[in-house]
Amino acid sequence: MTTRLFGEPVERREDGRLLTGQGRYLDDLGAGALAAAFVRSPHAHARVRDVDVSAALDVEGLVAVYTWEDLPERVGRALPLLIPHPALTHGRTAHPLARDVVRHVGEPVVMVVATDRYLAEDACARIEVEYEVLKPVVGLEEAAHGAQLVHDDVPGNVGAHLVQEVPSGAGASAREAIEAAPHRLAFRLDIERSASTPLEGRGVYARWDGTDLRVYTSTQTSTSVRMAVAAALGLPLPHVEVIAPDVGGGFGVKIMHPWPEEILVPWAAMLLGREIKWTEDRREHFVSSAHERGQVQHVEVGFDDDGRVLGLDVTILHDHGAYTPYGIIVPLITSTQLLGPYKIGAYRVEFSSIYTNTVQVTPYRGAGRPQGVFCMERTMDKIARHLGKDRTEVRRANFIEADEFPYDQGMIFQDGRPLIYDSGDYPEMLRMVKELIGWDDFERRPGRGIGIGCYVEGTGVGPYEGGHVMVTSDGRVHVSTGLTSQGQGHETVFAQIAATELGVPIERVSVVTGDTRRFGYAVGTFASRAAVMSGNAIALACRKVREKALRIAADALEADPADMEITEGLVHVVGAPSASIPLSTVAVLANPLRYAFDDEAVKATQFAGAASPDRPPVAEGDEPGLEGRDYYSPIRSTFAAGMHAAIVETDPLTAEIRIVRYAVVHDCGRLINPMIVEGQIHGGVAQGVGGALYERMVYDEHGQLVNASFMDFLMPYATEVPRVETAHLETPSPLNPLGIKGAGEAGVIPVSAVVAAAVEDAEGIEIDRMPISPSDLFELRSRRSADSG
Amino acid sequence: MKPPPFTYHAPRDLGEALETLAGVGGKVLAGGQSLIPMLNMRLAAPEHLVDINRVAALATLEAAPEGVTVGALARHAQVARADAHPLLGQALRLVAHPVIRNRGTVVGSLVHADPAAELPAVLAVLGGSVRLARHGQGERDVPAEEFFVGPMESAVRPGELAVSAFFPVLPAGSGTAFREVARRHGDYALAGVCAAVTLDEDLHVASARVACIGVGPVPVVADVTTECDRRPASTVDWAAVTRAVQEATEPEGDIHASAAYRLHLVGVLAEQALKDAARAAAQEAAPSPATG
Repeated sequence: MTTRLFGEPVERREDGRLLTGQGRYLDDLGAGALAAAFVRSPHAHARVRDVDVSAALDVEGLVAVYTWEDLPERVGRALPLLIPHPALTHGRTAHPLARDVVRHVGEPVVMVVATDRYLAEDACARIEVEYEVLKPVVGLEEAAHGAQLVHDDVPGNVGAHLVQEVPSGAGASAREAIEAAPHRLAFRLDIERSASTPLEGRGVYARWDGTDLRVYTSTQTSTSVRMAVAAALGLPLPHVEVIAPDVGGGFGVKIMHPWPEEILVPWAAMLLGREIKWTEDRREHFVSSAHERGQVQHVEVGFDDDGRVLGLDVTILHDHGAYTPYGIIVPLITSTQLLGPYKIGAYRVEFSSIYTNTVQVTPYRGAGRPQGVFCMERTMDKIARHLGKDRTEVRRANFIEADEFPYDQGMIFQDGRPLIYDSGDYPEMLRMVKELIGWDDFERRPGRGIGIGCYVEGTGVGPYEGGHVMVTSDGRVHVSTGLTSQGQGHETVFAQIAATELGVPIERVSVVTGDTRRFGYAVGTFASRAAVMSGNAIALACRKVREKALRIAADALEADPADMEITEGLVHVVGAPSASIPLSTVAVLANPLRYAFDDEAVKATQFAGAASPDRPPVAEGDEPGLEGRDYYSPIRSTFAAGMHAAIVETDPLTAEIRIVRYAVVHDCGRLINPMIVEGQIHGGVAQGVGGALYERMVYDEHGQLVNASFMDFLMPYATEVPRVETAHLETPSPLNPLGIKGAGEAGVIPVSAVVAAAVEDAEGIEIDRMPISPSDLFELRSRRSADSG
Repeated sequence: MKPPPFTYHAPRDLGEALETLAGVGGKVLAGGQSLIPMLNMRLAAPEHLVDINRVAALATLEAAPEGVTVGALARHAQVARADAHPLLGQALRLVAHPVIRNRGTVVGSLVHADPAAELPAVLAVLGGSVRLARHGQGERDVPAEEFFVGPMESAVRPGELAVSAFFPVLPAGSGTAFREVARRHGDYALAGVCAAVTLDEDLHVASARVACIGVGPVPVVADVTTECDRRPASTVDWAAVTRAVQEATEPEGDIHASAAYRLHLVGVLAEQALKDAARAAAQEAAPSPATG
């Protein structure tokens, strides 16, 4: 008997704290700190001529004002280009404060420090920046024409251009395959911008004690922020600590780093010798962080009578905004994950990553996959429509079969490694989702439609994560890992893994994430990787601890470690519970002592008589303490998959669109906690509904984001999100010890494709552009009436 | 998102409130559901803020046979709970969310004069009025048709305080309804219509009025009694009624809806609201045996 917690719907241990106001978010810290605020560009494209701060100097409580000229060379440098790629020939990043030219509304120009945020904003309001307004580049297709440039030295506004081609088995190119195909279609698809929009924005709080810098930041990667801050400020790494406190959502935007504020706030804190805090407000978040989605796709496809795709050629225009600090990860993911669960005859994908005078584009939950899935699933639906076939039949005809894994798609994935699917069962998943939604029995009528969407998601990308596990003499188990948490439930699932591996009650396990004081090596929380990466690393670390515990206990009980196990925190001989020793005592014995600080510690002191006088107290190759550290570094990503189906109703008069049912079948390998996986799916679907029906970033011709508030940027409320029906398939990953795959992004990925399909089915109008609002649907209906009339 | 500096006044009675307002001008803070965001976004920068929340005499709600008088501090939730006026109740169900209704005030919404808000339309369709007071100058009642001047602009002059609003009760045999389409539950409507219908003894339409929101600078009132042609609701030429309502409006397009869609919506909603109101009127005129 072992303590079995892996796979159980254990209640989230963090919720008591987070739901009763006991969470400690960035703005809950540093009550006495000075406040920073920023003067940000009101123009999409302008040259900064002059900054006049004189009127601000009268503001009582003003401490400092900085422009780019005030920054030392190392601090004022262009921010790092985080993920270089050979195709990113014209990568450009911003400076922490604008140097000469601003390239989007919201770009920081002046930093103000004052005794509180009110006064800092008062001072900002009085600073006069003289701009020479330049013509902005707005609109993806206009930008691609290249008549106006975002960066003078980037011709055509093309930051990156990449063509990837996978010939058919017979060696035909996509072009040849399409031309030889019995059926061909060509069409254009369009996806709007959206954004992560976490409820807690960004924020940084820094303190400097003359030797050591401590930075709290609302981030998805404290270890990498630490390295970036140390590099920018010229500090030795051991003198920089970075801590992610409770983080109120990330969804991708907080994997971007270092933000200008993450460099500037610590720099000013050191310079002034004062604690400084900056808390982003909502308007800043809309115009000064990052957006995503935003692509135009031109598709050509050739297929046979069964709907099998013989050749697919996709040309993508990707809107990258003003800068490319996160490289071309988003269009790379679109290009590769577009293939989904299908075997495509020959595939060619070309993307151009285009600069515009808008907020930069970096990954948002789904990270390029929703665009790719929209492309492929719309393609499948159009093939079915063309052939007069059921849409699920066409998909079935293109699936990779269950016995074809590992399946090599012949491309390079976002981690620089081959796109090889490790495991899955797509035909079974289709059967399940059809049953769950009642596909075959669906009663179609005007104003009522059904849609389906399939995806494959590469999760758990490397390079690595680590885990550290320590058992203390009170029997408690302390787990730490370097990646951060934004509410996913890491405190629960990592504790489940540790409790299961070590055979201890979960109540004795505590988990710390994202604190570089506890664990310094990590990559971060993104790409549905935390459970796969840190989960496996923690399991491996626990196995080291377990092995040592069994060895020490066996020694004490004069038994064979191979005959021993740990149950409920008791190390004992299998089948002989009386021959046992508590794990707490093992922890005491693991650390030979000179000083007895309590009664239990006496057992480990030098006159306690347990140790052999012929051996050193700590054996060669051994270490004191009952702890273990290990890392997990995968050969490549593991591929989760899912299929969603929805039924929508459209109002014949008002054109309102209502999702009446939403079904999800999901495969993330072995489930650690099915309740948390379902919660992830529900949240993802909610964001997907936002992207499908509500959210857009509306830029006017001047490059102003006209809906930069929660009043006009329509995030769905609970009232707009349907009940989500779920079923799980478990095809364990052969790539990692726990057999798990990531689940964090799954819910959001196919929602736009699914809703478009269902609306198309209800209305009989092809839907090639998402999101769709009632007003959009009304206009489409009017156009159809005009066409047929 | 912090407000610019202002001087804060918190008068304890009506006299002091009026005196302060007359003295310093300034903005009145009641429920704060629109003013506080505008301050925080620095879209408004009043030098003085006069907080009337301590003036208990303004938190009144009086129901009389001729109508309901809502004091300046009566919250949406309080008015909805009191169930004093059927159309107010129907409208308040569409106003935002419970948390906002707990603080926001009916009179505050009228003074804010958002052309997409529900309560101005209720006042307009009923032919109600707002009572304005000014220190040393007594009070004046401004009828709805003069109160709403333009988008976010009412007839309240600097130094004046809107102390109450009067919502008339409709004659016997009347029914009301409110229909709207909003992007999300509780949002300001893309378009909305509230309707008041009075039937005669034969259950023919004696009077029919609508007020439309989101389709003009102020609530657009249309009297469609003539178009209803004193017929029973079931035989009214609804296409003609819809046309008349649409002709009264001047919708504009924005990021949430095109002008054409709003025009279409207001027609659809007018027909639905008028039919609902006629049905309610018929029920009132001829109560079912179970309730009568």
